[in-house]
Amino acid sequence: MTVHWTRKDLLGLRELSAEEITLVLETADAFKQVGTREVKKVPALQGKTLINLFIEPSTRTRTSFELAAKRLSADIVNITAAASSLTKGETLKDTAKVLEANHADLIVLRHSSAGAAQFLSTRVRASVINAGDGAHEHPTQGLLDLYTIREKKGAVAGLHVAIIGDILFSRVARSNIFALLKMGARVTLVGPSTLVPREFEQLGAKISHQLDEVLPSADVVNLLRIQHERQRKEYFPGLGEYIRFFGLTKSRAKLLKPDCLIMHPGPINRGVEIDSDLADGPQSVIFDQVTNGLAIRMAVLYLCGGIVTR
Amino acid sequence: MTTLIRNGRIIDPVNGRDEIADLLIVDGRIAPLDQRSTINHQLDEIDAANLIVSPGLIDIHVHLREPGFGWKETIGSGARAAAAGGFTTVVCMPNTSPVADSPSTIAWIKDRAAEVAGIHVLPAGAISKNLAGEELAPIGSLAQAGVVAITDDGHCIQNNELMRRAVEYARMFDLPVLDHCQDYNLVGNGVAHEGYWSTLLGLPGWPGAGEEAIVARNILLAELCDHRIHCQHISAAGSVRLLREARARGLKISGEVCPHHIALTDAAIENFDTDYKMNPPLRTQRDVDALLEGIADGTLDILASDHAPHAKFEKEVEFDAAPFGIVGLETELGLFLDLLVHRHKTVDLPRLIALFTVNPARLLGLESGTLSLGAPADITLIDPALEWTVDVGTFASASRNTPFDSWRLKGRAVRTIVGGKTVWAL
Repeated sequence: MTVHWTRKDLLGLRELSAEEITLVLETADAFKQVGTREVKKVPALQGKTLINLFIEPSTRTRTSFELAAKRLSADIVNITAAASSLTKGETLKDTAKVLEANHADLIVLRHSSAGAAQFLSTRVRASVINAGDGAHEHPTQGLLDLYTIREKKGAVAGLHVAIIGDILFSRVARSNIFALLKMGARVTLVGPSTLVPREFEQLGAKISHQLDEVLPSADVVNLLRIQHERQRKEYFPGLGEYIRFFGLTKSRAKLLKPDCLIMHPGPINRGVEIDSDLADGPQSVIFDQVTNGLAIRMAVLYLCGGIVTR
Repeated sequence: MTTLIRNGRIIDPVNGRDEIADLLIVDGRIAPLDQRSTINHQLDEIDAANLIVSPGLIDIHVHLREPGFGWKETIGSGARAAAAGGFTTVVCMPNTSPVADSPSTIAWIKDRAAEVAGIHVLPAGAISKNLAGEELAPIGSLAQAGVVAITDDGHCIQNNELMRRAVEYARMFDLPVLDHCQDYNLVGNGVAHEGYWSTLLGLPGWPGAGEEAIVARNILLAELCDHRIHCQHISAAGSVRLLREARARGLKISGEVCPHHIALTDAAIENFDTDYKMNPPLRTQRDVDALLEGIADGTLDILASDHAPHAKFEKEVEFDAAPFGIVGLETELGLFLDLLVHRHKTVDLPRLIALFTVNPARLLGLESGTLSLGAPADITLIDPALEWTVDVGTFASASRNTPFDSWRLKGRAVRTIVGGKTVWAL
């Protein structure tokens, strides 16, 4: 394959072609191998400056990007909402301009507003990597999920992937839907009708509110966190009823194929969307996802960092 | 002073007039042509060949931002934008700072307008104190101070009992009640039409039902109180259906349409450009079609801009953080001519002019909106065939927040006359 990476930014997976997605995954293969070496550092981004601009709190994604940048030998600065001038009323545009004036080469942005990464990308010369924008996209999560599925299953095309939980407010769901469909998987979204509105069918996914009917044919189940903090209480009557209909309990897990993968982007609510033992069980690849996330983020920083040699 | 407008196509919907003729203006009012022979002083002539001579256009929904937000717009710059768009009369909304909920603020606006506007700037007063939706503003005192309507525009009174009393009370002063129809519970923090695009982009949805619920409420209250309620910037197909049924029953309810709601759909928000963020939001083609049908069958009988100026720095932020609204005065007539008359053939020119003149004048009880003998000589000359390109660089408005820059349009105003005096010409 002779696809070249031409994008300054990674804003979402909707705009990527299947070939571009494959290029990221293959690039990640090489970086994953680096992680097993005694010396885990490569000089790919030496002399480049990366800013982790996290306007919305995050630990795992920020850490993953930070480690990825360090392994690529970039200089890195972390800025969190509390420490940024945004709390003093500075606009996102001005904050970005200040970073640019400090010669930032890459900006990794986590923000609560959909479209924030796109907004930034058209206003700075630096590469902008979307680390999650509101309920819009979380492309590196989508890529690492894809990478994990491909690693465990050999291929993505033809698989049936069930994404379960709060789809409406989930950027992880959207990035997964766009990428999985592009790579030839079938996607079924499962959850209460208030959190899985019918409009998602127009994106090409199937919708079900009967988890037990979906589980037997699934090759992958991806469980999304039920985000209490974001949900007003009218979306469903309570956690008890949620678990009754949509929780992956031990008895329900018996419906799964033995080789069905159990995924979760974290952080997990043990006993809510997934039974605690299942999260640690043999079908779970939850911690593989974390490891793969590092390789994916190295690949994305490397490609957008503008030093493609393929 | 005497002016003769020669050879124009005079369209005056009130009088069912549509003919090529001359129009005489004497001392700021429309005069009979035979009075010309009695005039012995200098006569100004305006050649209106191939132009439409229309009653001065009226826009009942603009935000002039003063007092309080002079960096977005002033009464002066907003009035110049109105004149450049062909408008001789505008009704300015009360969401200023301070809110136009007291006679002193109304007096300030009127004084300021008299000083700088050059066109008729008619203030609307607030329905509720500070637009808070909790207690009535001094509606009678506002009427005495000269408001032509009351509205909480930008906000919507959620308490149906308070709204009922406001409508009932306003009836005593014959003040129409204009309402921004938005159910706060259904809309929540919505910023984009709830549908395919809001789902795809992960933007909080603003469902059509959030407007329809309040339109239905207003229909019930117009019937209960037997008084005029006008629903502002109608955007949803269901609202049109509700209004059609209510008007067929003869209720005192009406609705207006803004150009952006028929020129664009929610697909325009794909790149999170905040110049496509307005309230109510851009909706689907189905809604656009329903609005066009509503205009065609008379359900929606007033056109307005919802001219909402914002500075670039205010709009150049994240989509959900940006203020709602776009400027509209200088593109409104061109868009409606282009879309309603030329492209979709929804209405003919006389109908279009009625939507801009006699209909809003009737709602507000104004004596303008006609070219009847003795009427104020507020006149707009329109070239319906002139092709032009929107250029924000030429805007008189102090703000530039429009999605229509560079649009090619057919038809526009070429001269605006207020009280017999030309206040703007192309």
